[in-house]
Formats: sequence, C-alpha cells, structure tokens
Amino acid sequence: MKNKAAKEATEDEVQEILKGFPSGKGATIPLLQKVQAENGYISAEAVREVADFLELPESEVYGIATFYSEFKLIKPGRHHIKICMGTSCYLGGGKELLDHLSRELEILPGRTTEDGEFSLETVACLGCCSKSPVMSVDGRIFGGVSLSSADNILAHLD
Amino acid sequence: MKIASDSQRFALFREEAKSAWLELIQGNRPLICTGMSTCGMSAEAANSKKAMEEELREKGIDARSMNVGCLGLCYAEPLVYIKIPGKPMICYGNITPEIAPNFINEVFATGKTSTTSATFTTYAVSAASSRSGSSSEFLRERCLGTLDLPEMEKMDSLEDPALPSIWEHPMIKPQIRIALRNCGIIDPECVEHYIARGGYTALEKALGMPPEKVIEEVKASGLRGRGGAGFPTGMKWEFCRRSPGNEKYLICNADEGDPGAFMDRSILEGDPHAVIEGMLIAAHAMGSTEGFIYCRAEYPLALKRLDIALQQARDLGLLGENILGTGMNFDVSIKDGAGAFVCGEETALMASIEGRRGMPRARPPFPANAGLWGKPTNINNVETLSNLSSIINQGGNWYSKFGIGRSRGTKTLSLAGSVRRAGLIEVPLGMTLREVIYGIGGGIPGDKACKAILTGGPSGGCLPAEFLDLPVDYESLMEKGSIMGSGSMIVVDEDTCIVDTARFFLSFTQSESCGKCTPCRIGTRQMLSALEKICQGRGETTDIARLEKLANTVRSGSLCGLGAGAPNPVLTTLKYFRREYDAHILEKRCPSMVCKDLIRYYIDEQKCHGCGLCKDSCPVGAISGEKKAAHVIDGNACIKCGACLDACPDKFKAVAKGAAQCVY
Repeated sequence: MKNKAAKEATEDEVQEILKGFPSGKGATIPLLQKVQAENGYISAEAVREVADFLELPESEVYGIATFYSEFKLIKPGRHHIKICMGTSCYLGGGKELLDHLSRELEILPGRTTEDGEFSLETVACLGCCSKSPVMSVDGRIFGGVSLSSADNILAHLD
Repeated sequence: MKIASDSQRFALFREEAKSAWLELIQGNRPLICTGMSTCGMSAEAANSKKAMEEELREKGIDARSMNVGCLGLCYAEPLVYIKIPGKPMICYGNITPEIAPNFINEVFATGKTSTTSATFTTYAVSAASSRSGSSSEFLRERCLGTLDLPEMEKMDSLEDPALPSIWEHPMIKPQIRIALRNCGIIDPECVEHYIARGGYTALEKALGMPPEKVIEEVKASGLRGRGGAGFPTGMKWEFCRRSPGNEKYLICNADEGDPGAFMDRSILEGDPHAVIEGMLIAAHAMGSTEGFIYCRAEYPLALKRLDIALQQARDLGLLGENILGTGMNFDVSIKDGAGAFVCGEETALMASIEGRRGMPRARPPFPANAGLWGKPTNINNVETLSNLSSIINQGGNWYSKFGIGRSRGTKTLSLAGSVRRAGLIEVPLGMTLREVIYGIGGGIPGDKACKAILTGGPSGGCLPAEFLDLPVDYESLMEKGSIMGSGSMIVVDEDTCIVDTARFFLSFTQSESCGKCTPCRIGTRQMLSALEKICQGRGETTDIARLEKLANTVRSGSLCGLGAGAPNPVLTTLKYFRREYDAHILEKRCPSMVCKDLIRYYIDEQKCHGCGLCKDSCPVGAISGEKKAAHVIDGNACIKCGACLDACPDKFKAVAKGAAQCVY
C-alpha cells in the first residue's frame, strides 16, 4: 500500500529542504527526518518514496536510515520511553532500569508493545549526567529514577 | 535626516540593552530566575517555576520571572535566584516543586504584601530590617550564596552573619569561567542580555582587524581544539585561510556524542550567542561565507535556543549580508545530527552533512583543502568557539596566562559519577585531578574511596586513584594512556567494577563503529565478546593476551579516532587494574559485586523485619516468607534484577549481594 501521508509530506516540504544544497543528494537525511517527524517512523514505503524522489537506489536510502540511531524503522508507541545509557547513567543503575522496564513492558529495547501504547529504546547520552539514571518519556526528562519511581511515572501518563 | 549607519544603529541597540539589563537585575521589581537547562528540567525545574509563579500570583506579588541556563551546580538543581529590590541577588539550590510555594513565602517573609512595585520596595527593605535582616533556617539551608555581578551595585545583604558570595562557593571559587562566562546568568533566549554583557564587542573589534591579525591573536592564545583532538586552533585556521578558493565553509561541531559529556549542551542552552559570535570571528579570519552548526538531535532544547539565537542575530544584522556595514557576508544554518557517535570525527561529520552515511575517510586531503563538497572547510567545536570573543577582547596573551605547558587556557569538565558536587565546571588546564574531584567536586559521597577516574569518554582511559595528583592537561593525560577528549570526567568508587566498565565502553564503541575499517568493525566485537566472557565468569587466562593483541591491532588499523581510541579503556584497565581481571578470571569473583553472573542476592535474616516489600517487588516471585518473619530468596528462580535491593527500606538494609557459589 502506498504511504500517502509520507508522500504528501515529502512533496510539500521537499522544495524547502532542497534549498541550500549544491546537489539533491545532501537532502536524504533532512528528508528522512521530515518523514519521521510527520509519521513518527520511517516505513519501508517511505524509504522507497524518498529514494524515488531523490532518484537514488532504495538500498542507499535504506543504508542511511539504518546507519543513524535517530531513525526508527518500527512504529513507536503512543508513549515513547528513552533510557539514557551514558556512562554516568549506566554506572548509576541505568542498565537495571532498562532491564526492569523491558521486563515490565514485555518488549526488548527498540520495540513497541503489541497494543501500541509504549515503545522503549536506549539513547547514548541525554547530557544530564549529574542526575543519573535519567530517562525521557515523550520528551520529558526525569532524573534520579529508581525502579519504583519509573513504574510510578509510567502509571501516571494519560 | 541623516540615516544612521549599521554600526551606529547597533551601538544604540547596545545602550538600550544595557539599561534594560540593569533595570532587570537591579530595578524596583523583584526578579526570580530559574535554571532551565536540560539538567534543571530533569530535576523538575519547570514545575518549580510554575509553583513559584502561582504562589506569587496568590500573594499578589508583582515579580518578574526569567529563565537562565545552567550555572554548573547541577547537583543542587533546581537552582533559583531571587533579587529583591534593595537586596543582593541570592542563589538557592534544591528548590523542588514541593517546597517552591513555601520557599516563596519565606523569601517574601510574612506580613502585608503590596502589588505596586514602589511600595513593595519600601516594604521589602523594612521587612528585611524589621527581621534584623536574618533569613529563616529554611532559606539559610538552601542558600548557595549571593550572586553579585560586576555590573551590579555592591550591596550588603543585611544578613547576620553575612551571606557568602556564590563566587566563593567551593565548587565555583577555583574555576576560571571564560567559555561559561554567561551560562546561568543571562536568559539564553534574550539577545539583549548577551549584548548588554559585552556580547559582539569582540566581533566589532575583530572586523576592524586584518584576518591575519585575528589568526595571530588566536595562535598567541595557545587555544587548542576542545572537542578532543587538541589541535592548535590558530594553525587550523591558517591552513584554511591559505587554501585557495572563494567558497569556504565553517562548521561548528555540536555533535556531542561522548556519553558523559555535556559542556556543549550547556553552552548552547545557556549562551548560544557566544558560539555564534565565535563563528563570526572565525569566518572573518578565514574568509568563509557559509557556516553550519551540526548539532545532535538528542538535544532538542539546544536546537531550539540556537534557532532563536540565529534569528535574533539575523534581525540585528549580525548574520547575513553586509554585517554591521563592513561588507562581510556570512550566514549559519543548523544541521540536525541523526545520531551517530562517529560523526564527531571531521570527515564523517562532513559526509553526514552531505547526506551520506557518516563514515570517515583517509586524510589527506585535509578538510582545510578539500572538505565539505570538496571546498576548504574548517571545523571547530562549540567550546573552542565560545572562547574566542574573550580571546579577541582581552588578547591572546591574556588567555595563554592560564594553563600549563602546551595546554593553555581553560577547559570545561563535566564532572559526574560518584562525586558529591556533580556538574559542569571550567578550570585552568593543569589543575590536578585531586583539586577537581575533592576540591571542586567535594569528594566521594559516603566517604567511600575513589577507585578510578574515567576521562575522555569511551575513547579515553581509566586512571587509578594513585594518579590523583596528575595535572589535567592534554599531555599528562595522554602520557598515562588516557585522553582529555571532550572533557568528561566520571569518578568511580569501590562499588564500580572496572572490568564491567571496560565492557560498557567497548559495547558502546562496538555498536557505534561505522564498519568501514575491518580491525575496528571486527576487532571491537571480538574484544567485547572476550570482556563479556570474563564478566560472566567464563574467562580464561589466555584472554588477557588476546585482548592486548586485539587492542593493538584495532588501534593501529583504524582510520579515525573512534577505532584508534576504542582500545584505550581496555588497555588502561589491564594496565592499572589487572587484579580485577584476575579476580574475574581466576577466582570467578567480581570484587565490586556488579557482574550478575558472579553474584547472588540474599536476605540477612537478622535484619529482615518481614515487611514484604521485597516480595511484592520481585518480578519472578522468587521471594517467600510470612509477614513479620524473615524472607528468603530462591537462588534458582532469582533473575538478579535488583528490585528487592531497591525495595528494601534503608532502615533495614536486609537485602544484600554476595559472591555467587557457581563454578564454571
């Protein structure tokens, strides 16, 4: 099935994004970022359409989408949880936190729960090293998170 | 009517900005500043701010509210500064949302409040004197000091005993704040504040100097790349200036991928114009007309504030065409990094801006000759750039007065891990690790022993406590097998397993290896699997020699710094903490009780009160026991998640870790 939303988002914004690039090639990453901002992730269809649009082989666009950790190829949940795995957070209990949430939500990092409510991923560092362990839920950052306070945070989401 | 020139218009703007700034910080309305950078937000600063504003509204107090960046005292977030007319500005720490309303009550004392600022002033002064000027215990406990600025009138706090100045605070006193001069002081979204405090004067000065002279000044300062490589900045600029071509690019590297480093984030969130001014000075020196800021997408607040700052600079004629009427053209656009550690490497970063997979390439050609889209390109780190305006204003010789040996000036360090006062600091190069960790950082919590210091992130090394008197500078760190890197400094105590730490770093570099060079792609994987084996208690004596051999191959056979630096944590831990490896391999024991396969959880029946909290928290039902009777953990069912340890109340401390009795 054609991903109409992605196509429309691409077409509308493509001209704007292309400005300032000596060749169309430099546009791949900003384009993928736009698609992800619109759709929440980059579907196989979106990869195909971006490749068509930029007249690049699909493999090259896919190669770029998989190279960078920001790009999600799986649809994220309604609530997106990121566990910081910076050095300070790792040493301060971030790994235990990740394992705990992975067990509670019954998903591996990088995946989304079956009901589409939660997705879980790790992030290299959120830069709040003095507040370890840190997690971000839907962009909101929480510091000094214990296993029980993490449960509490998730229980109080809408 | 004579049309004012661009520079005259700007001079007028500066005068207005100055008076607005002075009016703000010592006018007749109370001012409340909240530290609103990401670290403050993680401590719920936004909620504290909301709670304070609600309380002020309820009390009918007409106060101004301002957001500031991070002052660096991250351990005491949320930070709030209060300026009441007639009194000095006072900085308070740990103002959580729960205590925020009470805090406002205490600050504004009791009694009648007034909504008009004029009567408020009289009230504030009289209230202060009627209470003999002394703050309550509540405020004293949270007070970090008075935040006096050079442009402020000197003011007595009327307190008895007098409140100390924040600049005398043990965490701040030893610092020399050049790159961080405005962080935590100004509103980063307000260009007037930056300009009022001398912002863009260095640009005006630099534009009046021949580019060669600007480069000379930077060379004289001894400034070296603060992103990690430590290459002399002035020399780098000279290469780019001399490179033929009219089109030259300038890139600000804000892809702070090093886990454990947050100085670039703090500067971008706290003082974005310092970076833009630095870029303008660099662009003038090199003859560049187009600039990019490559910033990681994990820093949304930094990206937002940069975007605002760039627009403000354009509106003021500081970016764009004919800058300040001098004929200089330069503009900057932001490139959102898509998340790849290797993109911190110059050639990989450029590949990423060009829209490709961020993979490094061999040099030469160097970026100064053939960089972005084949044009001469210069890449500087955020911190490097934010030092420039001070260097131009006060001279290269002034800057080079700080420092030691070939490491001149100051360096920001992100101090975290097992340290009492964690945060972002800026110290003259050459300060010892001991002064940083015990002086500024206040030592290790719980009076535990410092075991090691991790400097330079995953490409850096692990230095044992015996090197505490080592000066922090590029050369000294390298001599011991570590690096300065971007300046992350993580202190670890006896509860951290060194082998597990090395494994953590390797797992990071392994997953971030771009895969171009075989020794890095395969070597890091092999090293990681050897370390995993050791952590699981399956290590063999031959693994050490194998790790060393692999480390040397990866180091010498990789194109970029990621591969060349990846073995550092392994090599330094093998060198300085060989005994811990031996304990894991020969005794199947993790001395720090970290490696899961080598430990077990148990409940001390003498201490257990049978409260049942551990039993409730156990995700696998491995804990049994009647209420008010000692509980027991079934070792076979236990998955060693640590939930019981987390759940056991501190007053009992009945759950403990011990050595596992497994033998492979």
